[in-house]
Amino acid sequence: MTNVLNNQFNQVCEILNKHDNNHYKLIPILQEIQEIYQYLPEEIMTYISTALGISPSQIYGVATFYSHFTLEPKGKHIIKVCDGTACHVKKSGKILETIKTELNLSNKKPNSDDGLFTLETVACLGACGLAPVVVVDETVYGSVTPEKMTTLINSIREMESETLIPEEVNHE
Amino acid sequence: MNKVDLNTITNQYTQSTKNFKSSVVVCAGTGCIANGSMDIYNKFLSLSNEKGYKITVALKREEGGESLLKHSGCQGFCQMGPLVTINPEGIFYTHVKVEDVEEIIEKTLKKGEIIDRLLFENQEKGKIAHQNEIPFYAQQQRTTLKLCGMMDAEDIEEYISHNGYKMAETAVLQMNSQQLCDEISQSGLRGRGGGGFPTGFKWNLARKQESDKKYIICNGDEGDPGAFMDRCLMEGNPHSVLEGMIIAGLAIGADEGYIYVRTEYPLAVKRLRKAVKAANELGFLGDQIFGSDKSFQINVFEGAGAFVCGEETALIASIEGRRGMPMPKPPYPAQKGLYGKPTIINNVETLSSIPVILVMGTAQYASLGTAKSSGTKTFALTGHVANTGLIEVPFGTTLRQIITEIGGGVINDDGTNAGADFKAVQIGGPSGGCLIQDHMDMPLDYDNLIEVGAMVGSGGLVVMNHQTCMVQIAKFFMQFTQNESCGKCVVCREGTKQLLNLLDDIIEGRATMETLDLIEELAKTVQIGSLCGLGKTAPNPVISTLEHFRDEYIEHIVNKRCPTGQCSALRSFKIDQALCKKCSLCMRKCPVGAISGSREEGYVIDQNKCIKCGACVEACKFKAINCA
Repeated sequence: MTNVLNNQFNQVCEILNKHDNNHYKLIPILQEIQEIYQYLPEEIMTYISTALGISPSQIYGVATFYSHFTLEPKGKHIIKVCDGTACHVKKSGKILETIKTELNLSNKKPNSDDGLFTLETVACLGACGLAPVVVVDETVYGSVTPEKMTTLINSIREMESETLIPEEVNHE
Repeated sequence: MNKVDLNTITNQYTQSTKNFKSSVVVCAGTGCIANGSMDIYNKFLSLSNEKGYKITVALKREEGGESLLKHSGCQGFCQMGPLVTINPEGIFYTHVKVEDVEEIIEKTLKKGEIIDRLLFENQEKGKIAHQNEIPFYAQQQRTTLKLCGMMDAEDIEEYISHNGYKMAETAVLQMNSQQLCDEISQSGLRGRGGGGFPTGFKWNLARKQESDKKYIICNGDEGDPGAFMDRCLMEGNPHSVLEGMIIAGLAIGADEGYIYVRTEYPLAVKRLRKAVKAANELGFLGDQIFGSDKSFQINVFEGAGAFVCGEETALIASIEGRRGMPMPKPPYPAQKGLYGKPTIINNVETLSSIPVILVMGTAQYASLGTAKSSGTKTFALTGHVANTGLIEVPFGTTLRQIITEIGGGVINDDGTNAGADFKAVQIGGPSGGCLIQDHMDMPLDYDNLIEVGAMVGSGGLVVMNHQTCMVQIAKFFMQFTQNESCGKCVVCREGTKQLLNLLDDIIEGRATMETLDLIEELAKTVQIGSLCGLGKTAPNPVISTLEHFRDEYIEHIVNKRCPTGQCSALRSFKIDQALCKKCSLCMRKCPVGAISGSREEGYVIDQNKCIKCGACVEACKFKAINCA
């Protein structure tokens, strides 16, 4: 475990070096650090502030301004529902509702209890020709219906429960 | 660096491809990839060995073979994807599946036979084999998008073989900055990002600034919901954007450029980075470009998810590692921009048009379109039309042509065709307005649209049918701008929130006629009191829907009724006893037990218990439940 932490922290230092500790590069730095941790841990942000010579509040300000950054660990799979104009008029709202019911989520609770899913809405994914659109991790699904969405969530759950078993074997 | 000769590369490219009998172009735009086009691409490759028919990937064309396989950028007709085109015949296959690949190889590639089943079909003309005969394409005039969807986006040599980088070379070696600014001024090109500011004029402002360092920024932060033209250009023809930037850089005297791409477009980021690398290797970017003493660098900057960063000063703040909040102008970025240096910010489509204009000749480009809006414009045609996708038409084209001829007519919620009978077309995204039937034959250009209270904006055209509630649409856009307001100006931050509340009052039946006055007053305040374009235009959708659909608002307020039945709080459901087969399905589906009765006497809905969810309407197989 300590190894993992050390390793992650070394990567952070490498990223800062790569960008010459230049505070103008704050956004790419945060993006790359989020790649490592999947979110922005508070202590790392404090560290960056010292390394770049800017105040922690400035870093926090940037981290909370942009929707791409997150201060909390996210679920394993990110479901992005497009609620752009085209998707909206093609009833993306119903898909959102389906996901919320299926995973027991609300506007204030975007992460599912099993840690598998995080629900996000995005303004436009630029795939309007296929509206309504949902993106799970990196895969784009077009012309989604509430039924298709439920099937998709279930198939991910199934896949996860299958992969869980070999992992447990490894632990032994 | 030694100068690379463009003609040599073009000749090499022609030589290396001339022995191929045909080429297969698989559309790899985001839309087609979502429908599985990469599986099709891979299937062609894997079958190539099995079938004894060699299909070679475009980038490995030296290996030789019988057909060349390319993955292109978005071909525009997203609805019909995945798309596969066989050249040189131009046979156009739609809705291709992995299982069809074998047949395509056996019949079309080997024998030249056309597979009817995969062709596009419409009622008038029946099956259509070639892309340019399909009405969706036939009515368009593709200049900027021409190469998009035809060539392999990651192949710099193919771009060069289509006169690519030729204009950049000419500009670097033979033209001075003033000539370039003049050329673009003469072409009449106006900024494609929304405002329509003349590009040549803007360049001139920065050119005249004296500074040791200047920047050119390509604004690829395309955030308007319902718009994806820039994504397609960045994915489908990234080199044209780079070439446009090189020329723009020369015109203003900049030696460094940034491309700001939104993070929601990972494929665009990837392809742009690849393109920059390829252009660096050939000496089109870097030091001593094209063998001259000039240098030009391009950095690709990935945004972090903030709509307001599409605004020039906010975008600059974002590149500088700050919160993307707009600053008052002046000073304009052309005077004091990125890192305090003169900076020009152009939209992706604008920059991508630059090489096209120079190849075509400024006079000819200026002859396209209307007198004050020259050239062509790409639009993202979406919503309730039969053919959704990416289109390009000259300015001055009418809505009627776009919707009926290219779009194939309006569709109802159930997919049936309603001809040209739309309710409204939202243009220009959350900053724009609505067009209605009266505007059907108005030539679309910058000035006409401003006159009717809309704007070209980035070019999203969302068609809405009669089942769409305009108050809901106004609320949708208000929700969007409210979420995206950066919070700097009080009237924008708080005003949008209050406007949203007022719209909710109407939708949920609490409003009075005074609400409308309040909305109008507040909308004006937000317009006047906000610093940047986001706030100034935020109330536009409300103002525009109020102007054109005031009756619909009043119906919501006075009669507490939504004419389209979309506002669930205003709905009331009734079972039509004549149609009811007394199957009891609705009673079982009702989540709150508001439906009671028996199989003998029929069923009724208790209006006090009903939560207006509509579950019974969806459940009823006999359409016996009316919603009013």
